[in-house]
Amino acid sequence: MNQLIIKDLNVSIGEKAIVKGFNLTLNSGEVHAIMGPNGTGKSTLAKAVAGHPDYTITGGDVLLDGRSILAMQPDERARAGLFLAFQYPSEIPGVTIANFLRAAVQARLTEGEELNATAYYKRLYTKMDLLKIDRKFTSRAVNDGFSGGEKKRCEILQMAMLEPKFALMDETDSGLDIDALRIVAEGVNAMRNSALGILMITHYQRLLDYIVPDFVHVMYDGHIVRSGDKSLALELEAKGYDWLKKELAHA
Amino acid sequence: MSAVPLPQPTVPGFTAERFAAHLASRHAQPAWWLGAKQAAWNQYKALPLPVRTDERWRFSNITGMALDGFELPSEPAAAIPHLPDFPHAAELTFSNCQIVDRAKTILSAELSAKGVIFAPLDEALRDHGDLVRQYFQKYPVALGSDKFVALNHALASTGALLYVPSGVEIALPFVVQHTLSGDHKATFPHTLVVLEDQAKATLVEFFVSVEAGSAHFASGVNDLHAGAGSHLTYVGVQNWSDATQAFQSNSIAVGRDARVLSLNLHLGGRQARHESHSRLLAPGAHSEMLALTVAHGAQEFDQRTLQSHNAPHTSSNLLYLNVLLDQARTIFSGLIVVDPDAQQTDAYQSNRNLMLSDEAEASSLPGLEIQANDVRCTHGSTTSRIDPEQQFYLESRGITPALAHELLVFGFFERVLEKLTDDNLHEALRTFIQAKFKKL
Repeated sequence: MNQLIIKDLNVSIGEKAIVKGFNLTLNSGEVHAIMGPNGTGKSTLAKAVAGHPDYTITGGDVLLDGRSILAMQPDERARAGLFLAFQYPSEIPGVTIANFLRAAVQARLTEGEELNATAYYKRLYTKMDLLKIDRKFTSRAVNDGFSGGEKKRCEILQMAMLEPKFALMDETDSGLDIDALRIVAEGVNAMRNSALGILMITHYQRLLDYIVPDFVHVMYDGHIVRSGDKSLALELEAKGYDWLKKELAHA
Repeated sequence: MSAVPLPQPTVPGFTAERFAAHLASRHAQPAWWLGAKQAAWNQYKALPLPVRTDERWRFSNITGMALDGFELPSEPAAAIPHLPDFPHAAELTFSNCQIVDRAKTILSAELSAKGVIFAPLDEALRDHGDLVRQYFQKYPVALGSDKFVALNHALASTGALLYVPSGVEIALPFVVQHTLSGDHKATFPHTLVVLEDQAKATLVEFFVSVEAGSAHFASGVNDLHAGAGSHLTYVGVQNWSDATQAFQSNSIAVGRDARVLSLNLHLGGRQARHESHSRLLAPGAHSEMLALTVAHGAQEFDQRTLQSHNAPHTSSNLLYLNVLLDQARTIFSGLIVVDPDAQQTDAYQSNRNLMLSDEAEASSLPGLEIQANDVRCTHGSTTSRIDPEQQFYLESRGITPALAHELLVFGFFERVLEKLTDDNLHEALRTFIQAKFKKL
């Protein structure tokens, strides 16, 4: 079993503190949802853990199986088993999905080890079928001119191919219509197993109808203010974030 | 990376004595040819070195130009580099200005029967003198390298003639390789391609130094002639050593309804100047002018282009893409000229620079001279950096920063590479570019 521990994490963008004393332990096989109003630091948390250079860690630690990853470069963190599904995936004109994914898979091989191209394509096509992605997609440039739904499916395809230990899914539901959401959720659910831990960031409860979390956390002003199970999400949905803000103000 | 030091002269270079010796060694060649060589030598001697006040040499590092100390090699090298192999019709390989591997030049019986000619320059002069005479430097040099083109003609001993008769279409490319080995060696390749009406052919030319550290001098000239309705694809791969002074002057003459695609890949050279002049001579003529450059260290790539629209209903499309690392410099100066009666001209010119270093320098001088009133001409240049979000996106998938750069460079180059319909050629160019990135 693997474990990702985010310990008293503090993250700034420039001088501005965004994430303030965030704590969470994520075990393989678990799905945690983080909900919260806009601007509360959810995306910053995900990008900082993945190693985005614009975010400065000013305190705390992130441990993957007991080892701090903070000194590691983004590519090293990825190869160690982290995966960030982007809210707004970059468009990379001129680089095909096939070449991009092959480079990412190849990066995980040991020195001198050759990629088995036949096996690679077989696996790729299986995953694509599962996500209902047309095979012609492999020769298209990464996210270039993709619809919102195509971009998100492409993120899930990468996740399926790279088989991370922990996936940080940032607003995977944003920009998806109900059909696309269903396909993406089916893809994620198909990947759920005892070897994968998922941290799912979402603004809306809707996603949690399709990907049912084991734990729900509410994030506000840079840290977790409440944790519970799926019923917490339903309560939030019913009462709205203002209810939470008022409660916190009284506390 | 530090600048490659200037080569130290060990021999006096291109002297009258050396020219006389070269001419004497060619005594069996046609008198008109020898006369033209003498005239070219006289022109070379008479012309001054370029000056930066000449607009055609603006931004060029002229003080860094070194012509002394080089000599024509006398022996072929022991080793000939292994170039990416792909199916081809025939090849001409020059090692140190000598033809080697002659067996590979022999055409299939089918191509010979159709009247295709593919021969080294010396043999072409002997067997097809009139053809060479008709097309060799048929058009004047307009982009500034007159002196170096004259030197090429004076000392040219290596080169190729590809002649494709009317209506003959050849799918597989012809390959010409120029390789230099040993320090302070020089070469003067001259490639002549003549496609008669409705013919179709591809020529791929490699310019390669055997040793990465040797100082070489190259002044090459190409005369490409595309007859009515013909299709010509020319691919040049320049991979001289980083201590090489290189000049290349290409002339592309496009006839009625003919299409020429020329793609030059620039990787090597301390200072590499490349001139390319398309002449759209008759209605329906189209020239696709493409270039890819990877500049690193203290390399300077100096590219000058001219799109001359001499007839109505002609089109040209130029796309020059540069990637710059370290303290490298690129210069692009392009001009579209539309003659008064060249109505309905459609001309496009674009130079894009991708900067991978803050210390690199890309100069861009796009220009238009339009004398007709019913034309569509657009030009422009852009300079950009790698988008840090794209870089992070790739790295977040476990791709190393260096490989992420390489992928983004290929993504940038794809707009040109995708125009090559031959997958094998596409792959060969990728291999050369990848090899350069591995070296960095």
